[in-house]
Amino acid sequence: MNFYLKYFIVAIGLFAFSGFFALFGVYAERKVSAFIQDRLGPTETGKFGLLQTLADVIKLLIKEPIIPAAADKLLFMMAPAIIFVAVYMGFAAIPWAGGLMPANLNLGLYYIFAILSVETLGILMAGWGSNNKYSILGAMRSAAQIISYEIPAGFAIISVVMIAQTLNLQTISTQQGILSAEHSKFLGIWDVSTNGGILSWNIFRAPHLIVAFIIYFIASLAESNRAPFDIPEAESELVAGFHTEFTGMRFAFVFLAEYSMMFLVSMIAVVLFLGAWNTPLPNIGVVNLADWTTGGAWGILWTVVKVLVLVGVQIWIRWTVPRFRVDQLMNLCWKVLTPLAFICMLVSGVWRLWVM
Amino acid sequence: MFRNFINGFITTWKGLTLTIGHLFSSHKKRQIIQVSSDNYFKQMEGTNTIQYPKQELPVPEVGRYQLDVEIDDCIVCDLCAKVCPVDCIDIEAIKATEAIGQTSDGTTKRLYAAKFDIDMAKCMYCGLCTIVCPTECIIMTNQYDRTVFELKDLTYEFSDMTAEEAAEKRALLEKQLAERQAAKEAAMKQKGGGA
Repeated sequence: MNFYLKYFIVAIGLFAFSGFFALFGVYAERKVSAFIQDRLGPTETGKFGLLQTLADVIKLLIKEPIIPAAADKLLFMMAPAIIFVAVYMGFAAIPWAGGLMPANLNLGLYYIFAILSVETLGILMAGWGSNNKYSILGAMRSAAQIISYEIPAGFAIISVVMIAQTLNLQTISTQQGILSAEHSKFLGIWDVSTNGGILSWNIFRAPHLIVAFIIYFIASLAESNRAPFDIPEAESELVAGFHTEFTGMRFAFVFLAEYSMMFLVSMIAVVLFLGAWNTPLPNIGVVNLADWTTGGAWGILWTVVKVLVLVGVQIWIRWTVPRFRVDQLMNLCWKVLTPLAFICMLVSGVWRLWVM
Repeated sequence: MFRNFINGFITTWKGLTLTIGHLFSSHKKRQIIQVSSDNYFKQMEGTNTIQYPKQELPVPEVGRYQLDVEIDDCIVCDLCAKVCPVDCIDIEAIKATEAIGQTSDGTTKRLYAAKFDIDMAKCMYCGLCTIVCPTECIIMTNQYDRTVFELKDLTYEFSDMTAEEAAEKRALLEKQLAERQAAKEAAMKQKGGGA
Protein backbone atom coordinates (compact mmCIF):
# COMPACT_ATOMS: atom_id res chain seq x y z
CA MET A 1 0.00 0.00 0.00
CA ASN A 2 2.72 2.45 1.01
CA PHE A 3 4.50 1.57 -2.21
CA TYR A 4 1.56 2.75 -4.31
CA LEU A 5 0.89 5.69 -2.04
CA LYS A 6 4.40 6.98 -2.69
CA TYR A 7 3.80 6.89 -6.44
CA PHE A 8 0.50 8.70 -6.10
CA ILE A 9 2.11 11.42 -4.01
CA VAL A 10 4.92 11.82 -6.55
CA ALA A 11 2.43 12.01 -9.43
CA ILE A 12 0.22 14.55 -7.66
CA GLY A 13 3.27 16.55 -6.65
CA LEU A 14 4.50 16.71 -10.23
CA PHE A 15 1.05 17.70 -11.45
CA ALA A 16 0.81 20.42 -8.83
CA PHE A 17 4.27 21.62 -9.78
CA SER A 18 3.48 21.83 -13.48
CA GLY A 19 0.27 23.71 -12.71
CA PHE A 20 2.14 26.08 -10.43
CA PHE A 21 4.89 26.55 -12.99
CA ALA A 22 2.35 27.23 -15.76
CA LEU A 23 0.68 29.89 -13.60
CA PHE A 24 3.88 31.77 -12.97
CA GLY A 25 5.33 30.92 -16.38
CA VAL A 26 2.44 32.75 -18.00
CA TYR A 27 2.90 35.64 -15.58
CA ALA A 28 6.64 35.77 -16.33
CA GLU A 29 5.97 35.60 -20.05
CA ARG A 30 3.56 38.51 -19.86
CA LYS A 31 5.84 40.59 -17.67
CA VAL A 32 8.95 39.91 -19.77
CA SER A 33 7.14 40.61 -23.02
CA ALA A 34 5.78 43.81 -21.52
CA PHE A 35 9.18 45.02 -20.36
CA ILE A 36 10.78 44.13 -23.68
CA GLN A 37 8.13 46.21 -25.40
CA ASP A 38 8.41 49.06 -22.87
CA ARG A 39 5.04 48.33 -21.32
CA LEU A 40 4.14 47.41 -17.75
CA GLY A 41 2.20 44.17 -18.14
CA PRO A 42 -0.33 43.07 -15.53
CA THR A 43 -0.28 45.43 -12.55
CA GLU A 44 -3.76 45.50 -11.06
CA THR A 45 -4.62 42.01 -9.79
CA GLY A 46 -2.63 41.45 -6.63
CA LYS A 47 0.73 42.99 -5.87
CA PHE A 48 2.52 43.63 -9.20
CA GLY A 49 -0.31 41.70 -10.90
CA LEU A 50 0.91 38.43 -9.39
CA LEU A 51 -2.61 37.01 -9.15
CA GLN A 52 -3.49 37.87 -12.76
CA THR A 53 -3.01 34.35 -14.09
CA LEU A 54 -4.93 32.91 -11.13
CA ALA A 55 -7.82 35.17 -12.09
CA ASP A 56 -7.47 33.97 -15.69
CA VAL A 57 -7.66 30.35 -14.55
CA ILE A 58 -10.83 31.08 -12.58
CA LYS A 59 -12.25 32.73 -15.68
CA LEU A 60 -11.40 29.67 -17.79
CA LEU A 61 -12.93 27.34 -15.19
CA ILE A 62 -16.29 29.07 -15.20
CA LYS A 63 -16.46 29.37 -18.98
CA GLU A 64 -18.85 27.23 -20.96
CA PRO A 65 -17.14 24.26 -22.64
CA ILE A 66 -18.27 24.56 -26.23
CA ILE A 67 -18.03 21.62 -28.60
CA PRO A 68 -18.54 22.51 -32.28
CA ALA A 69 -21.56 20.76 -33.80
CA ALA A 70 -19.50 19.22 -36.60
CA ALA A 71 -16.60 18.16 -34.38
CA ASP A 72 -15.57 14.58 -33.81
CA LYS A 73 -16.59 14.59 -30.16
CA LEU A 74 -14.39 11.79 -28.92
CA LEU A 75 -11.19 13.05 -30.55
CA PHE A 76 -12.03 16.62 -29.64
CA MET A 77 -12.58 15.87 -25.98
CA MET A 78 -9.61 13.54 -25.59
CA ALA A 79 -7.04 15.70 -27.39
CA PRO A 80 -6.17 18.19 -24.61
CA ALA A 81 -5.79 15.37 -22.11
CA ILE A 82 -3.45 13.45 -24.44
CA ILE A 83 -1.41 16.54 -25.21
CA PHE A 84 -0.96 17.27 -21.54
CA VAL A 85 -0.43 13.70 -20.37
CA ALA A 86 2.28 13.15 -23.00
CA VAL A 87 4.25 16.06 -21.59
CA TYR A 88 3.44 15.24 -17.98
CA MET A 89 4.63 11.62 -18.33
CA GLY A 90 7.97 12.95 -19.52
CA PHE A 91 8.66 14.27 -16.01
CA ALA A 92 8.68 10.71 -14.69
CA ALA A 93 12.25 9.90 -15.69
CA ILE A 94 14.05 13.17 -14.97
CA PRO A 95 16.27 13.55 -11.90
CA TRP A 96 15.70 16.57 -9.66
CA ALA A 97 18.64 15.89 -7.40
CA GLY A 98 21.07 13.12 -6.57
CA GLY A 99 18.88 10.18 -5.56
CA LEU A 100 15.68 12.13 -6.20
CA MET A 101 13.90 11.10 -9.35
CA PRO A 102 10.36 9.78 -9.81
CA ALA A 103 11.38 6.63 -11.71
CA ASN A 104 14.96 5.48 -12.13
CA LEU A 105 14.75 4.04 -15.64
CA ASN A 106 17.73 2.57 -17.47
CA LEU A 107 16.19 3.77 -20.71
CA GLY A 108 15.10 7.11 -19.26
CA LEU A 109 16.24 9.33 -22.12
CA TYR A 110 14.77 7.00 -24.73
CA TYR A 111 11.51 6.87 -22.81
CA ILE A 112 11.24 10.65 -22.57
CA PHE A 113 11.94 11.08 -26.26
CA ALA A 114 9.33 8.46 -27.13
CA ILE A 115 6.62 9.82 -24.84
CA LEU A 116 7.14 13.37 -26.06
CA SER A 117 6.34 12.33 -29.62
CA VAL A 118 2.89 11.28 -28.44
CA GLU A 119 2.15 14.98 -28.12
CA THR A 120 2.07 15.19 -31.93
CA LEU A 121 -0.72 12.65 -31.88
CA GLY A 122 -2.72 14.79 -29.46
CA ILE A 123 -2.20 17.85 -31.61
CA LEU A 124 -3.31 15.98 -34.74
CA MET A 125 -6.38 14.71 -32.86
CA ALA A 126 -7.21 18.24 -31.76
CA GLY A 127 -6.83 19.58 -35.28
CA TRP A 128 -8.75 16.83 -36.98
CA GLY A 129 -11.44 16.58 -34.32
CA SER A 130 -12.22 20.31 -34.47
CA ASN A 131 -13.38 19.93 -38.09
CA ASN A 132 -12.08 23.38 -38.90
CA LYS A 133 -9.68 24.37 -41.65
CA TYR A 134 -7.48 26.51 -39.41
CA SER A 135 -7.21 23.76 -36.84
CA ILE A 136 -6.29 21.07 -39.33
CA LEU A 137 -3.76 23.35 -41.05
CA GLY A 138 -2.18 24.11 -37.70
CA ALA A 139 -2.15 20.46 -36.75
CA MET A 140 -0.53 19.39 -40.03
CA ARG A 141 2.11 22.09 -39.71
CA SER A 142 2.75 21.06 -36.14
CA ALA A 143 3.14 17.40 -37.05
CA ALA A 144 5.51 18.21 -39.92
CA GLN A 145 7.53 20.51 -37.72
CA ILE A 146 7.80 18.30 -34.64
CA ILE A 147 8.70 15.19 -36.62
CA SER A 148 11.33 17.09 -38.63
CA TYR A 149 12.94 18.67 -35.60
CA GLU A 150 13.08 15.40 -33.71
CA ILE A 151 15.91 14.36 -36.03
CA PRO A 152 18.47 17.08 -35.18
CA ALA A 153 17.35 16.95 -31.55
CA GLY A 154 17.76 13.18 -31.57
CA PHE A 155 21.24 13.31 -33.03
CA ALA A 156 22.29 16.04 -30.62
CA ILE A 157 21.11 13.79 -27.81
CA ILE A 158 22.87 10.76 -29.28
CA SER A 159 26.14 12.67 -29.31
CA VAL A 160 25.70 13.17 -25.55
CA VAL A 161 24.77 9.55 -25.04
CA MET A 162 27.91 8.48 -26.90
CA ILE A 163 30.01 10.56 -24.50
CA ALA A 164 28.06 9.37 -21.44
CA GLN A 165 27.68 5.73 -22.57
CA THR A 166 24.31 5.44 -20.85
CA LEU A 167 20.65 6.32 -21.32
CA ASN A 168 19.98 6.55 -17.59
CA LEU A 169 19.52 10.22 -16.81
CA GLN A 170 20.62 9.86 -13.20
CA THR A 171 23.91 8.32 -14.32
CA ILE A 172 24.39 11.05 -16.92
CA SER A 173 23.81 13.63 -14.18
CA THR A 174 26.23 12.02 -11.74
CA GLN A 175 28.99 11.93 -14.35
CA GLN A 176 29.00 15.72 -14.61
CA GLY A 177 30.19 16.58 -11.11
CA ILE A 178 32.43 15.75 -8.21
CA LEU A 179 30.42 12.64 -7.32
CA SER A 180 31.41 11.01 -10.61
CA ALA A 181 33.02 7.60 -10.37
CA GLU A 182 35.00 8.06 -13.56
CA HIS A 183 37.57 10.68 -14.56
CA SER A 184 36.28 13.72 -16.33
CA LYS A 185 38.56 16.05 -18.24
CA PHE A 186 37.92 19.73 -18.93
CA LEU A 187 38.14 20.14 -22.74
CA GLY A 188 39.76 16.68 -22.80
CA ILE A 189 43.07 17.86 -21.36
CA TRP A 190 42.75 18.85 -17.70
CA ASP A 191 41.53 16.28 -15.20
CA VAL A 192 38.83 18.00 -13.15
CA SER A 193 37.34 14.97 -11.35
CA THR A 194 38.02 16.57 -7.97
CA ASN A 195 37.29 20.15 -9.01
CA GLY A 196 33.83 19.54 -10.40
CA GLY A 197 31.60 22.54 -10.84
CA ILE A 198 31.05 24.11 -14.23
CA LEU A 199 34.31 22.58 -15.50
CA SER A 200 32.95 19.04 -15.53
CA TRP A 201 29.65 19.79 -17.24
CA ASN A 202 29.10 17.88 -20.45
CA ILE A 203 29.47 20.96 -22.64
CA PHE A 204 32.99 21.45 -21.26
CA ARG A 205 33.99 17.82 -20.99
CA ALA A 206 33.48 17.65 -24.75
CA PRO A 207 33.34 21.16 -26.25
CA HIS A 208 31.62 20.11 -29.47
CA LEU A 209 28.60 19.48 -27.25
CA ILE A 210 28.18 23.28 -27.09
CA VAL A 211 27.14 23.04 -30.75
CA ALA A 212 24.99 20.03 -29.91
CA PHE A 213 23.44 22.01 -27.06
CA ILE A 214 22.56 24.89 -29.39
CA ILE A 215 21.10 22.45 -31.92
CA TYR A 216 19.08 20.76 -29.20
CA PHE A 217 17.90 24.09 -27.81
CA ILE A 218 16.71 25.31 -31.22
CA ALA A 219 15.03 21.98 -31.92
CA SER A 220 13.38 22.01 -28.49
CA LEU A 221 11.90 25.42 -29.25
CA ALA A 222 10.40 23.89 -32.37
CA GLU A 223 9.13 20.86 -30.48
CA SER A 224 7.36 22.95 -27.89
CA ASN A 225 5.80 25.05 -30.69
CA ARG A 226 7.20 28.30 -29.41
CA ALA A 227 8.20 31.36 -31.38
CA PRO A 228 10.09 31.63 -33.69
CA PHE A 229 8.76 28.16 -34.51
CA ASP A 230 5.12 28.85 -33.68
CA ILE A 231 3.74 28.34 -37.17
CA PRO A 232 1.28 25.73 -35.84
CA GLU A 233 -0.48 28.45 -33.85
CA ALA A 234 0.48 31.42 -36.04
CA GLU A 235 -2.07 33.87 -34.65
CA SER A 236 -1.88 36.10 -37.70
CA GLU A 237 -2.67 33.34 -40.19
CA LEU A 238 -4.44 30.51 -38.41
CA VAL A 239 -6.35 32.26 -35.58
CA ALA A 240 -4.82 29.94 -32.98
CA GLY A 241 -3.96 26.83 -34.99
CA PHE A 242 -4.91 23.49 -33.52
CA HIS A 243 -6.52 24.92 -30.38
CA THR A 244 -8.80 27.39 -32.17
CA GLU A 245 -12.00 25.64 -31.11
CA PHE A 246 -11.10 24.90 -27.52
CA THR A 247 -12.69 26.82 -24.67
CA GLY A 248 -12.61 26.82 -20.92
CA MET A 249 -10.75 24.07 -19.16
CA ARG A 250 -9.73 22.25 -22.35
CA PHE A 251 -7.99 25.36 -23.58
CA ALA A 252 -6.34 25.69 -20.17
CA PHE A 253 -5.01 22.16 -20.54
CA VAL A 254 -3.44 22.96 -23.90
CA PHE A 255 -1.84 25.98 -22.29
CA LEU A 256 -0.68 23.95 -19.32
CA ALA A 257 0.89 21.45 -21.73
CA GLU A 258 2.75 24.21 -23.55
CA TYR A 259 4.31 25.58 -20.38
CA SER A 260 5.06 22.13 -18.95
CA MET A 261 6.73 21.33 -22.26
CA MET A 262 8.89 24.44 -21.95
CA PHE A 263 10.00 23.31 -18.51
CA LEU A 264 10.52 19.70 -19.59
CA VAL A 265 12.67 20.40 -22.66
CA SER A 266 14.75 22.86 -20.65
CA MET A 267 15.15 20.24 -17.96
CA ILE A 268 16.34 17.67 -20.51
CA ALA A 269 18.82 20.23 -21.85
CA VAL A 270 20.05 20.92 -18.33
CA VAL A 271 20.46 17.24 -17.52
CA LEU A 272 22.24 16.40 -20.76
CA PHE A 273 24.43 19.43 -21.28
CA LEU A 274 24.52 21.76 -18.28
CA GLY A 275 25.45 19.46 -15.44
CA ALA A 276 21.95 18.52 -14.21
CA TRP A 277 21.79 18.98 -10.42
CA ASN A 278 25.51 19.57 -10.09
CA THR A 279 26.74 22.86 -8.77
CA PRO A 280 28.32 25.35 -11.19
CA LEU A 281 30.90 26.32 -8.53
CA PRO A 282 34.17 24.37 -8.77
CA ASN A 283 36.60 23.46 -5.98
CA ILE A 284 39.50 25.91 -6.16
CA GLY A 285 42.43 24.94 -3.97
CA VAL A 286 41.29 24.99 -0.36
CA VAL A 287 37.98 26.71 -1.19
CA ASN A 288 35.81 23.64 -1.67
CA LEU A 289 32.85 25.45 -3.19
CA ALA A 290 31.68 22.35 -5.04
CA ASP A 291 31.75 20.20 -1.90
CA TRP A 292 29.84 22.83 0.06
CA THR A 293 27.13 23.24 -2.55
CA THR A 294 26.47 19.61 -3.39
CA GLY A 295 23.90 17.25 -1.98
CA GLY A 296 20.52 17.57 -0.31
CA ALA A 297 18.39 20.52 -1.29
CA TRP A 298 21.24 22.06 -3.32
CA GLY A 299 20.49 19.62 -6.13
CA ILE A 300 16.89 20.78 -6.46
CA LEU A 301 18.01 24.41 -6.23
CA TRP A 302 20.59 24.07 -9.01
CA THR A 303 18.20 22.13 -11.26
CA VAL A 304 15.44 24.69 -10.84
CA VAL A 305 17.76 27.67 -11.27
CA LYS A 306 19.33 26.30 -14.43
CA VAL A 307 15.99 25.30 -15.90
CA LEU A 308 14.45 28.67 -15.11
CA VAL A 309 17.37 30.42 -16.81
CA LEU A 310 16.75 28.34 -19.94
CA VAL A 311 13.01 29.02 -19.76
CA GLY A 312 13.88 32.70 -19.45
CA VAL A 313 15.98 32.45 -22.60
CA GLN A 314 13.06 30.78 -24.38
CA ILE A 315 10.78 33.65 -23.39
CA TRP A 316 13.44 36.19 -24.37
CA ILE A 317 13.80 34.57 -27.81
CA ARG A 318 10.05 34.43 -28.28
CA TRP A 319 9.68 38.18 -27.87
CA THR A 320 12.63 38.99 -30.09
CA VAL A 321 12.59 36.81 -33.16
CA PRO A 322 9.81 36.88 -35.75
CA ARG A 323 8.13 33.72 -36.96
CA PHE A 324 9.78 31.48 -39.58
CA ARG A 325 8.14 30.81 -42.90
CA VAL A 326 7.46 27.12 -43.51
CA ASP A 327 10.18 26.71 -46.14
CA GLN A 328 12.72 28.57 -43.99
CA LEU A 329 11.78 26.33 -41.11
CA MET A 330 12.43 23.19 -43.12
CA ASN A 331 15.63 24.67 -44.62
CA LEU A 332 17.01 25.33 -41.17
CA CYS A 333 16.11 21.87 -39.97
CA TRP A 334 17.27 19.74 -42.88
CA LYS A 335 20.10 21.77 -44.40
CA VAL A 336 21.70 23.25 -41.30
CA LEU A 337 20.80 21.57 -38.05
CA THR A 338 20.69 17.96 -39.24
CA PRO A 339 24.14 17.97 -40.93
CA LEU A 340 25.62 19.82 -37.95
CA ALA A 341 24.10 17.26 -35.59
CA PHE A 342 25.61 14.47 -37.69
CA ILE A 343 29.02 16.12 -37.42
CA CYS A 344 28.56 16.42 -33.66
CA MET A 345 27.77 12.73 -33.45
CA LEU A 346 30.88 11.90 -35.48
CA VAL A 347 33.06 14.11 -33.28
CA SER A 348 31.52 12.45 -30.21
CA GLY A 349 32.64 9.06 -31.42
CA VAL A 350 36.17 10.28 -32.10
CA TRP A 351 36.27 12.12 -28.78
CA ARG A 352 35.15 9.11 -26.82
CA LEU A 353 37.66 6.81 -28.51
CA TRP A 354 40.78 8.98 -28.52
CA VAL A 355 40.43 11.87 -26.09
CA MET A 356 38.45 10.80 -23.04
CA MET B 1 23.74 29.06 -47.81
CA PHE B 2 26.47 29.06 -45.18
CA ARG B 3 26.70 32.84 -45.25
CA ASN B 4 22.91 33.05 -44.83
CA PHE B 5 23.17 30.86 -41.81
CA ILE B 6 25.92 32.93 -40.17
CA ASN B 7 24.04 36.09 -41.05
CA GLY B 8 20.91 34.70 -39.40
CA PHE B 9 22.79 34.03 -36.20
CA ILE B 10 24.40 37.47 -36.15
CA THR B 11 21.17 39.35 -36.76
CA THR B 12 19.35 37.22 -34.20
CA TRP B 13 22.04 38.05 -31.68
CA LYS B 14 21.70 41.75 -32.47
CA GLY B 15 17.97 41.52 -31.89
CA LEU B 16 18.46 39.65 -28.66
CA THR B 17 20.86 42.25 -27.27
CA LEU B 18 18.40 44.97 -28.18
CA THR B 19 15.48 43.31 -26.38
CA ILE B 20 17.50 42.42 -23.30
CA GLY B 21 18.54 46.07 -23.09
CA HIS B 22 14.90 47.06 -22.98
CA LEU B 23 14.17 44.33 -20.45
CA PHE B 24 16.75 45.63 -18.01
CA SER B 25 16.00 49.31 -18.49
CA SER B 26 12.35 48.68 -17.62
CA HIS B 27 12.84 49.70 -13.99
CA LYS B 28 12.86 53.28 -15.24
CA LYS B 29 9.36 54.62 -15.17
CA ARG B 30 8.12 57.35 -17.42
CA GLN B 31 8.00 60.75 -15.81
CA ILE B 32 4.70 62.53 -16.06
CA ILE B 33 5.70 65.83 -17.57
CA GLN B 34 3.92 68.28 -19.76
CA VAL B 35 4.35 68.10 -23.51
CA SER B 36 5.81 71.60 -23.49
CA SER B 37 8.69 70.39 -21.32
CA ASP B 38 12.06 70.16 -23.03
CA ASN B 39 12.53 66.59 -21.83
CA TYR B 40 9.23 65.29 -23.12
CA PHE B 41 10.66 63.68 -26.25
CA LYS B 42 13.96 62.76 -24.61
CA GLN B 43 12.58 59.95 -22.46
CA MET B 44 13.90 57.15 -24.64
CA GLU B 45 14.44 54.54 -21.93
CA GLY B 46 12.20 52.70 -19.53
CA THR B 47 8.55 51.78 -19.73
CA ASN B 48 6.32 54.13 -21.60
CA THR B 49 2.96 53.38 -19.97
CA ILE B 50 0.93 56.08 -18.25
CA GLN B 51 -1.34 54.40 -15.72
CA TYR B 52 -4.18 56.65 -16.66
CA PRO B 53 -6.66 56.95 -13.83
CA LYS B 54 -3.79 57.09 -11.33
CA GLN B 55 -1.50 59.26 -13.40
CA GLU B 56 -2.52 61.90 -15.84
CA LEU B 57 -0.50 63.75 -18.39
CA PRO B 58 -0.90 67.43 -17.56
CA VAL B 59 -2.81 69.29 -20.26
CA PRO B 60 -2.43 72.99 -21.02
CA GLU B 61 -4.71 75.29 -19.04
CA VAL B 62 -5.97 76.63 -22.34
CA GLY B 63 -6.76 73.13 -23.61
CA ARG B 64 -9.60 72.95 -26.09
CA TYR B 65 -11.64 70.00 -24.91
CA GLN B 66 -15.18 70.00 -23.57
CA LEU B 67 -17.46 73.00 -23.96
CA ASP B 68 -18.60 75.21 -21.16
CA VAL B 69 -21.12 78.05 -21.25
CA GLU B 70 -21.16 81.06 -18.97
CA ILE B 71 -24.90 81.43 -19.16
CA ASP B 72 -24.93 84.86 -17.49
CA ASP B 73 -22.97 86.22 -20.44
CA CYS B 74 -25.11 84.53 -23.07
CA ILE B 75 -27.34 86.74 -25.16
CA VAL B 76 -29.08 83.70 -26.71
CA CYS B 77 -28.21 84.85 -30.22
CA ASP B 78 -28.31 81.20 -31.46
CA LEU B 79 -25.20 81.72 -33.61
CA CYS B 80 -23.39 78.78 -32.03
CA ALA B 81 -26.29 76.44 -32.74
CA LYS B 82 -26.45 77.65 -36.32
CA VAL B 83 -22.73 77.28 -37.02
CA CYS B 84 -22.43 73.87 -35.36
CA PRO B 85 -21.60 71.32 -38.12
CA VAL B 86 -23.13 68.42 -36.18
CA ASP B 87 -26.06 70.28 -34.65
CA CYS B 88 -25.21 69.34 -31.13
CA ILE B 89 -26.36 72.61 -29.55
CA ASP B 90 -30.05 72.97 -28.86
CA ILE B 91 -31.30 76.39 -27.78
CA GLU B 92 -34.79 77.57 -27.02
CA ALA B 93 -35.10 81.31 -26.61
CA ILE B 94 -37.89 83.30 -25.01
CA LYS B 95 -38.12 86.94 -25.77
CA ALA B 96 -38.05 89.07 -22.70
CA THR B 97 -40.60 91.75 -22.22
CA GLU B 98 -37.83 94.24 -21.57
CA ALA B 99 -34.04 94.34 -21.42
CA ILE B 100 -33.01 91.82 -18.72
CA GLY B 101 -29.59 93.16 -18.02
CA GLN B 102 -26.12 93.32 -19.40
CA THR B 103 -23.38 90.81 -20.05
CA SER B 104 -19.93 91.38 -18.65
CA ASP B 105 -18.83 93.05 -21.88
CA GLY B 106 -21.74 95.43 -21.86
CA THR B 107 -24.08 93.86 -24.41
CA THR B 108 -27.74 94.15 -23.49
CA LYS B 109 -29.55 90.85 -22.99
CA ARG B 110 -33.04 90.70 -24.41
CA LEU B 111 -33.71 86.96 -24.56
CA TYR B 112 -34.08 84.25 -21.94
CA ALA B 113 -32.46 80.88 -22.62
CA ALA B 114 -35.18 78.44 -21.62
CA LYS B 115 -33.03 75.62 -22.91
CA PHE B 116 -29.31 75.54 -23.70
CA ASP B 117 -28.28 71.90 -24.21
CA ILE B 118 -25.00 70.71 -25.69
CA ASP B 119 -24.84 67.04 -26.61
CA MET B 120 -21.17 66.22 -25.92
CA ALA B 121 -21.66 62.78 -27.46
CA LYS B 122 -22.24 64.49 -30.80
CA CYS B 123 -19.71 67.29 -30.40
CA MET B 124 -16.66 66.95 -32.60
CA TYR B 125 -14.60 69.60 -30.82
CA CYS B 126 -14.17 71.84 -33.86
CA GLY B 127 -14.51 74.96 -31.75
CA LEU B 128 -16.55 76.91 -34.33
CA CYS B 129 -19.14 77.86 -31.71
CA THR B 130 -16.48 79.54 -29.59
CA ILE B 131 -15.37 81.59 -32.58
CA VAL B 132 -18.75 82.93 -33.58
CA CYS B 133 -19.93 83.70 -30.06
CA PRO B 134 -20.18 87.52 -29.87
CA THR B 135 -19.87 87.66 -26.09
CA GLU B 136 -17.34 84.82 -25.75
CA CYS B 137 -19.60 83.07 -23.31
CA ILE B 138 -19.16 79.61 -24.87
CA ILE B 139 -15.62 78.38 -24.37
CA MET B 140 -13.61 75.17 -24.51
CA THR B 141 -12.10 74.02 -21.23
CA ASN B 142 -9.21 71.72 -20.31
CA GLN B 143 -11.67 69.15 -18.99
CA TYR B 144 -11.49 66.04 -21.20
CA ASP B 145 -12.29 62.93 -19.20
CA ARG B 146 -15.95 62.54 -18.41
CA THR B 147 -17.34 59.05 -18.13
CA VAL B 148 -21.06 58.54 -17.69
CA PHE B 149 -23.30 55.54 -17.29
CA GLU B 150 -26.20 56.92 -19.30
CA LEU B 151 -25.88 58.47 -22.73
CA LYS B 152 -28.24 61.27 -21.74
CA ASP B 153 -25.77 62.35 -19.07
CA LEU B 154 -23.54 63.52 -21.91
CA THR B 155 -26.11 66.19 -22.78
CA TYR B 156 -24.93 69.14 -20.76
CA GLU B 157 -27.68 71.53 -19.73
CA PHE B 158 -26.50 75.05 -19.19
CA SER B 159 -29.78 76.90 -18.84
CA ASP B 160 -30.35 78.18 -15.30
CA MET B 161 -34.11 78.60 -15.71
CA THR B 162 -36.53 76.18 -14.17
CA ALA B 163 -39.55 75.03 -16.13
CA GLU B 164 -41.83 77.19 -13.99
CA GLU B 165 -39.74 80.27 -14.62
CA ALA B 166 -39.76 79.55 -18.33
CA ALA B 167 -43.51 79.10 -18.29
CA GLU B 168 -43.90 82.35 -16.39
CA LYS B 169 -41.71 84.24 -18.85
CA ARG B 170 -43.62 82.70 -21.73
CA ALA B 171 -46.89 83.78 -20.18
CA LEU B 172 -45.49 87.27 -19.67
CA LEU B 173 -44.38 87.39 -23.29
CA GLU B 174 -47.77 86.21 -24.49
CA LYS B 175 -49.45 88.73 -22.30
CA GLN B 176 -47.26 91.49 -23.68
CA LEU B 177 -47.84 90.29 -27.23
CA ALA B 178 -51.56 90.12 -26.62
CA GLU B 179 -51.48 93.65 -25.15
CA ARG B 180 -49.56 94.92 -28.12
CA GLN B 181 -51.89 93.17 -30.48
CA ALA B 182 -54.81 94.67 -28.69
CA ALA B 183 -53.16 98.08 -28.77
CA LYS B 184 -52.48 97.65 -32.45
CA GLU B 185 -56.02 96.61 -33.15
CA ALA B 186 -57.26 99.47 -31.11
CA ALA B 187 -55.00 101.81 -33.08
CA MET B 188 -56.20 100.27 -36.36
CA LYS B 189 -59.79 100.63 -35.27
CA GLN B 190 -59.17 104.19 -34.31
CA LYS B 191 -57.49 104.80 -37.62
CA GLY B 192 -60.27 103.05 -39.48
CA GLY B 193 -62.79 104.99 -37.45
CA GLY B 194 -60.88 108.15 -38.22
CA ALA B 195 -60.87 107.51 -41.97
